[in-house]
Amino acid sequence: MSTAISGIRLTCVKRPWCNNMSSELRFTATTQTEHLHARYTGTGHADMTKYDWLTHQHRDTCASIVGHFPLSLYLAIGDNESIGRVKFEMTERMLQPCGPPPEKDDD
Amino acid sequence: MHLYHLTLQPPTCINQAVVGNFSGTRQQEIMVSRGSRLELLRPDAHGKVTTILAQDAFGSIRALAAFRLTGGTKDYAILGSDSGRIVILEYEPKTNTFNKLHQETFGKSGARRIVPGQYLAIDPKGRAVMIGAMEKAKLVYILNRDAAANLTISSPLEAHKNHAIIHHIVAVDVGFENPMYAALEVDYTEPDRDPTGEAFHNAEKMLTFYELDLGLNHVVRKWSEPTDPRANLLVQVPGGQSASSNKFDGPSGVLVCCEDHIIYRHMDHEQHRVPIPHREHPLRDKERGLIIVSAVMHKMKGAFFFLLQSEEGDLYKVTIDHEDEEVKSLKIKYFDTVPVSSSLCILKSGFLFFGMSDASMPLPTAFFKPRSLENLVLVDELESLNPIVDGRVSNLLEAAGETPQIFTACGRGPRSTFRMLRHGLEAEESVSSDLPGIPNAVWTTKLREDDTYDSYIILSFVNGTLVLSIGETIEEVSDTGFLSSAPTLAVQQIGNDALLQVHPHGIRHVLADRRVNEWKVPPGKTIVSATTNKRQVIVALSSAELVYFELDLEGQLNEYQDRKAMGSTVLTMSVAEVPEGRQRTPYLVRVSGHLSEKFYSLSNDFRLSVALTAPPSAICIAEMLDASIDKNRPTLFVNIGLTNGVLLRTVLDPVQGSLTDTRTRFLGTRPVRLIRVAVHGSPSILALSSRSWLNYTHQNLLHFTPLIFESLDHAWSFSAELCPDGLIGIAGSVLRIFQIPKLGQKLKQESMPLLYTPRKFISHPTNKLFYLIESDHRTLGPDVAQKRLEDLAASGKSVDQDMLDPGPEVFGRPKAESGQWASCIRIIDPVQWKSLPPIHFTRNEAAFSLAIVPFNERGGELHLVVGTARDTFLAPRSCTTGVLRRTSSQTKGARCSTETDDVPLALMGFRGRLLAGVGKALRIYDIGKKKLLRKCENKNFASAIVTLNTQGSRIIVGDAQDSLHYCVYKPPENRLLIFADDTSPRLDYVDFAAGDKFGNIFLNRLPPNVTPLVDEDPTGAGILHEKTVLMGAPHKTRLLAHFHIGDIVTSLQRVALVPGGREVLLYTGLTGSVGLLVPFVSKEDTDFMTTLEQHMRTEGIGGQGAGGQSIVGRDQMSYRGYYVPVKAAVDGDLCERFAWLPAARQAAIASELDRTVGEVLKKLEGLRVTASGL
Repeated sequence: MSTAISGIRLTCVKRPWCNNMSSELRFTATTQTEHLHARYTGTGHADMTKYDWLTHQHRDTCASIVGHFPLSLYLAIGDNESIGRVKFEMTERMLQPCGPPPEKDDD
Repeated sequence: MHLYHLTLQPPTCINQAVVGNFSGTRQQEIMVSRGSRLELLRPDAHGKVTTILAQDAFGSIRALAAFRLTGGTKDYAILGSDSGRIVILEYEPKTNTFNKLHQETFGKSGARRIVPGQYLAIDPKGRAVMIGAMEKAKLVYILNRDAAANLTISSPLEAHKNHAIIHHIVAVDVGFENPMYAALEVDYTEPDRDPTGEAFHNAEKMLTFYELDLGLNHVVRKWSEPTDPRANLLVQVPGGQSASSNKFDGPSGVLVCCEDHIIYRHMDHEQHRVPIPHREHPLRDKERGLIIVSAVMHKMKGAFFFLLQSEEGDLYKVTIDHEDEEVKSLKIKYFDTVPVSSSLCILKSGFLFFGMSDASMPLPTAFFKPRSLENLVLVDELESLNPIVDGRVSNLLEAAGETPQIFTACGRGPRSTFRMLRHGLEAEESVSSDLPGIPNAVWTTKLREDDTYDSYIILSFVNGTLVLSIGETIEEVSDTGFLSSAPTLAVQQIGNDALLQVHPHGIRHVLADRRVNEWKVPPGKTIVSATTNKRQVIVALSSAELVYFELDLEGQLNEYQDRKAMGSTVLTMSVAEVPEGRQRTPYLVRVSGHLSEKFYSLSNDFRLSVALTAPPSAICIAEMLDASIDKNRPTLFVNIGLTNGVLLRTVLDPVQGSLTDTRTRFLGTRPVRLIRVAVHGSPSILALSSRSWLNYTHQNLLHFTPLIFESLDHAWSFSAELCPDGLIGIAGSVLRIFQIPKLGQKLKQESMPLLYTPRKFISHPTNKLFYLIESDHRTLGPDVAQKRLEDLAASGKSVDQDMLDPGPEVFGRPKAESGQWASCIRIIDPVQWKSLPPIHFTRNEAAFSLAIVPFNERGGELHLVVGTARDTFLAPRSCTTGVLRRTSSQTKGARCSTETDDVPLALMGFRGRLLAGVGKALRIYDIGKKKLLRKCENKNFASAIVTLNTQGSRIIVGDAQDSLHYCVYKPPENRLLIFADDTSPRLDYVDFAAGDKFGNIFLNRLPPNVTPLVDEDPTGAGILHEKTVLMGAPHKTRLLAHFHIGDIVTSLQRVALVPGGREVLLYTGLTGSVGLLVPFVSKEDTDFMTTLEQHMRTEGIGGQGAGGQSIVGRDQMSYRGYYVPVKAAVDGDLCERFAWLPAARQAAIASELDRTVGEVLKKLEGLRVTASGL
């Protein structure tokens, strides 16, 4: 378990924009995309900023760690914390995983 | 190449547990989820827990809840999983199966952020269930009964809240008012918009109550109030009025467990707050808060209390003083300390069940001292391997016929262990005593049919018989009516109260009043073989005649006048037990002098023959239950043991009288002896050769497992007051009484305690030794702890010695701040099963890797190199200095340490030098006079190197993020070059055939044209200047096979588990699983198993379509292809479910495959046995 030292490492677990939006939807039903975005949190869009994308990725990853028992156990062993603590800190981290958002450009 | 995946040992962790009356009787049972497996456990009156049913879920079970409809007596289970479905299960005690009552789809599969399945909350009256996701989604299903009293489930009602992260959901006990749920939520809308970060700091954690309006059929947000920002867990508080007395069961509401305190909250009520007591350890990290990780509420008549467990393992008892619905005060008291659990259950009989997710156990603070258990007594412990951190297979014990042992480093913190797993059933010896001579057989017998325990032990010697009576002591008796001057051939308790002894010259029928009726063999003949049951006796004479006796209704033993001439001497024979309520059994099997087995029925003759490869030495006919053949009735099995140590097992078809489905197995080097015994009350067969094997029924399926015990010459059942369910055996001149405590546990564990979490271990190339490194983060090393204590004493603070005394095994070690490490290295002798005292690393140094390197410079002398680092932080990874410590195993005192700039995470001997992965760099070191000297380096890796492997001059590097890289070392130019890598990014590799931290196993191969290119390039200049592809190495590996096992692979090894068998890939998983990947030998096998797998996938339980075989409703194919589609791998666990299918479905599938059911089952067993022997 030397790998445990690479400890809490956040990674891309899935690509949210690969949701099963069928191709016709993507090209024709622009009116529906907004509805879809509201429905499937984490779905990407053309105007997405790097910050948004990263935040979604991190939230997905944290949720995945909490949802997969072996993953939370893995982190718990590496960091010598209880699994309950790892899950709690991961859920806490979902609030703002990548720090505050960047200042909006006015242009 | 196609692989067949088999689980040898399913995961042993417990991540969820609920208690309930799942059978519908008064007996309480515990349902536990072991990650990807659901198990039903039943505690007996003494608290001993037995597994009744275990089933693979082919999905991960994330939440588990039990409920009961009002007025019902039976509990149902609800499962939240990664299947995007909610499933309600019923346990059917008659057939011992889980029935899926409902399976409702609500979302996509996978453990996603907004797909419910993480949280389950059920109304205490069983009227509705809320299933929640990590964010936003919450669905409520209403549960009810229809006119026929069947359980019904409504369509889902949404209680979503956008942009809300959910920490926990619990049902509020409101009696029979509208069901209510409490959720801990945080809204991230504002923090996501506010660049100043202020909104983030002001984000409030809301405690929100949702009410399900049963009249209007919708869910409303009833009440929402901010609570402590560090709240993590909600606990239900009893409420509602009892129907009879109008008295309130409790104040209702919830306990909000936060860091360092607990708050009682209820809608429109005053809140009450108590701090969580801390341990008073002088060395604890004062900055650190304490959270509650699991909780249980226990309700008795008119009272209730809570047990909460902190992350350090301390249990607190919380009580609430209330007057009707008004809470007066909240009290918290330290209760006891037990290992940290993931679930707590209290049984009505007063037993507390801990589902331990791992074997960790940290310690108590500020206001109390931990002490040994006062309120609790440990009743039973279920062995768990979880977590397995590293594993290795080799055959170090040299006992004959021993299969390779699996060595694992398990556990974490002070409860870590080093374990050895051996294939076989554990046998617990209770008595062993020396005998005057060497007996050749042993029996036990009761005196009367209805006795509970045995009274006599009969030992047969070459020239006599010894009878021992079982009482307070075991002593010889002489007035039993048995003939003591001749050896004995058979002993039987016959009729109501008589005994029977068969000796070479006759049969003695000893009546209850010690009168003896004797039948004498005609002069010149002797009895060569005898077989008996409760009513029948058959003896074979030396003149090749069979004489048949049967007990009549008066208890007289009558000879059947017609003696059967056999033509040749009978070698061995066996008669079945008399079926319940019958006078006789019609079946006798016997083997005559020539090499064929003949089958002979007592009522009407019919002969059968089975081809035998060697002379038979024993035969045994027994009725045993095997659900794969017949679900309702026991099947009649004929077992034939041969002199060459092979056992044949065939099934006797009672209708046609034919022998079908012959299976063979090699047991050992000695002729096989077979004995029918009772183990745990059910008929079993003991097969004795150079190893002893037991053939028994466990969870309705037949198993055949060796005993880990001395080889026996003869054995029999043994039942006495002290050992009610034992066996008695003779080994040489020693009499041994033993029992088999855990049926079904095919891997026996032996364990040795360790100090800290094991990280890695390696075996010595020549000696039978293991080197193991252990290190714990957030723990003070002994020298640092000592110094801090001295500092405390120097600054005038008193140090409470009581706090330092309790052993870390019980209370754990005090949690220190991040960046503090305790670490040691030790040498283990697995043959003697002992360890040398560990050597501690000092000055906050922790070991991360080790290797034994033969340095060419020193003539191949072996050196142990340990990679350590000082003041290491995990995220982001940093250390003040890495150290490579070298010690010679031959020359004493020759040691040196070399400093490096990063943590050395992987070490390996390579061409007489040391190859090291130091952070992101791959280096070659050679031995120098004082230090190791860096010879060569490649820094083109994107992330830390975590594993190394080699084939000749080729090196396979696994790094923490980018999968595998193939490197080659070119000595003339002294270059390390990457020439190929993998296309898909992954994390944390273990080996070449590799596993990643998402639970996948895969095999990669280089395209065949690359090998000559790389090997023929002498300097590597070609590789160096080749064009890169996909921003990586010039060549890419090809994926050969891919399979998701649902557990993180911690070690992989290519090994042959069966003597002379094929090599298989054995893996150990973090949550305690052990499994195999077996390459198929032929195309035929591959096609057959793939087709069978396909059929099994579409097979539903109760006609429920997709995900039918999975109790969580997960589609097996999508589970096994969780991250990457399954490739070239067949799921053996799914195929083995074939045995559980109803007979009609089995027949249908088998006919699709153009085989018989027996052939399919034989193929499945064959694959398992040839690959693993298990």
